[in-house]
Amino acid sequence: MPMRPQPGLKPSEITPPEVYAARRRLLTGALGLAAASIVPRALATAQPVGAALAFQRNPALSTTETPNSWDDITTYNNYYEFGTDKSDPSSNAGSFRTRPWSVAVTGEAEVKGSFALEDLLKPHALEERIYRLRCVEAWSMVIPWVGVPLGEVLKRFRPTSKAKYVAFTTLADSRQMPGQRSSVLDWPYVEGLRIDEAMHPLSLLAVGLYGRVLPNQNGAPLRLIVPWKYGFKGIKAIVRISFTGQMPPTSWNRAAPYEYGFYANVNPAVDHPRWSQKTERHIGSGLFAPRRPTLPFNGYAEQVASLYTGLDLKRNF
Amino acid sequence: MLALAPFASLVVRAFGVWGTGLGANPVAMVTDTLGLWGLRLLLATLALSPLRYATGSSDWLRFRRMLGLFAFCYLSLHFTMYVAIDQSFNVGILVEDVVRRPWITLGFTALLLLVPLALTSTRSAMRRLGRRWQQLHYAIYPAALLGCWHYYWQVKRDVRSPLLYAAVFAVLMAARAWHKRAALAQRLTAAPAAPAAHEAR
Repeated sequence: MPMRPQPGLKPSEITPPEVYAARRRLLTGALGLAAASIVPRALATAQPVGAALAFQRNPALSTTETPNSWDDITTYNNYYEFGTDKSDPSSNAGSFRTRPWSVAVTGEAEVKGSFALEDLLKPHALEERIYRLRCVEAWSMVIPWVGVPLGEVLKRFRPTSKAKYVAFTTLADSRQMPGQRSSVLDWPYVEGLRIDEAMHPLSLLAVGLYGRVLPNQNGAPLRLIVPWKYGFKGIKAIVRISFTGQMPPTSWNRAAPYEYGFYANVNPAVDHPRWSQKTERHIGSGLFAPRRPTLPFNGYAEQVASLYTGLDLKRNF
Repeated sequence: MLALAPFASLVVRAFGVWGTGLGANPVAMVTDTLGLWGLRLLLATLALSPLRYATGSSDWLRFRRMLGLFAFCYLSLHFTMYVAIDQSFNVGILVEDVVRRPWITLGFTALLLLVPLALTSTRSAMRRLGRRWQQLHYAIYPAALLGCWHYYWQVKRDVRSPLLYAAVFAVLMAARAWHKRAALAQRLTAAPAAPAAHEAR
């Protein structure tokens, strides 16, 4: 299932790093700022950090678009547990403890209990998948995640025929997550998928980024990635997976039911009540780049549209 | 001159000097910064009269025109960022936004209200318009209110900051109302002693 390149992206829009580095040097020089060389440079050139992971690339499930920089991906985050500004998670999540970590599995499954993260992941090979991410706020990125297919993990718990949905819960710990001391959302954060969505090969449990262990601000140690849905479906720091017969509540839907639905599929034809979803601003494309058209299911329609046959996507937004 | 500092800071960051930058989403960052400073300067303009009541000095009013024009300048740049840089002059989308997105309608209306105020900010316009100049310039009140509302509707969930701005606006308006009442009460108590004062008013 190779991804098609995004039509709005022209090769000329991608600035090779050496070219923009040269431009920066030129600008710095032109401004006569000799001192610039002795003060810390912008973090835009920051290299990936953290423990390296052993993984295989999965080009068949990866987009060919250029991933965003490590810096963009790790400093521009919506993770209200650590604050509501985009820069809050990278500032506040540094001391968050992700080891030891265990995940409780409950509900309509034959295998249940509490599992250490290592045991949860052990039977699976880590793979890298470069996915598009479209935020409900109408911006987008391209991110090289490392993780395991969610469906493969879920199958090991042998969900029963009563399992129609899968619910996920984030850790609740206001001492470690300062954002949970404010009531901006109901804590802990909860999300959910229909079981067939969860079993889809594109659904990923991510543990890494750019071949490194996932940074705390990106949802370490375990987060969900569903690339055809808005970013808020990608619940972070997962401590519970529950198989249910009923559609589980989801945090943003509870907070503003008219603005955020359970499905939250990326859909340029259904606007957010307050803003348009027709276009998106691609992070990293610079100050003067035009917005790009948003694609149905974030460009993954070929793979996932069949999951929603007969479902009114305008009502089930 | 202090009102230029936020603009200067944006320019410095745009060139990435001294290790600074505009972050991952420079368009949103510049647009938001300009809008926020526009609103702050608008509220600063509205704070001058209450400062006059509190201190009894009219010196504050000398800054009124300058602050008001700076506010207008920031808000115009904020609007220009949205029209030219964010939406690349896409008329279809701009019209749809102004008509169908209430928060954009509010912001756009607020800016429109301020245009005649900026145009009539000169001394000669004040002389020409006479008493009507003051009436015209009362438009700053609805403009500031719409500005706060525009900010409130723009944020996704965390409305603490917009509510703070709305609260500042409310306090500044309350200070005016309180001052007006006090002045009226003073005149009423003074009235029986000097009946002529009524006509003079």
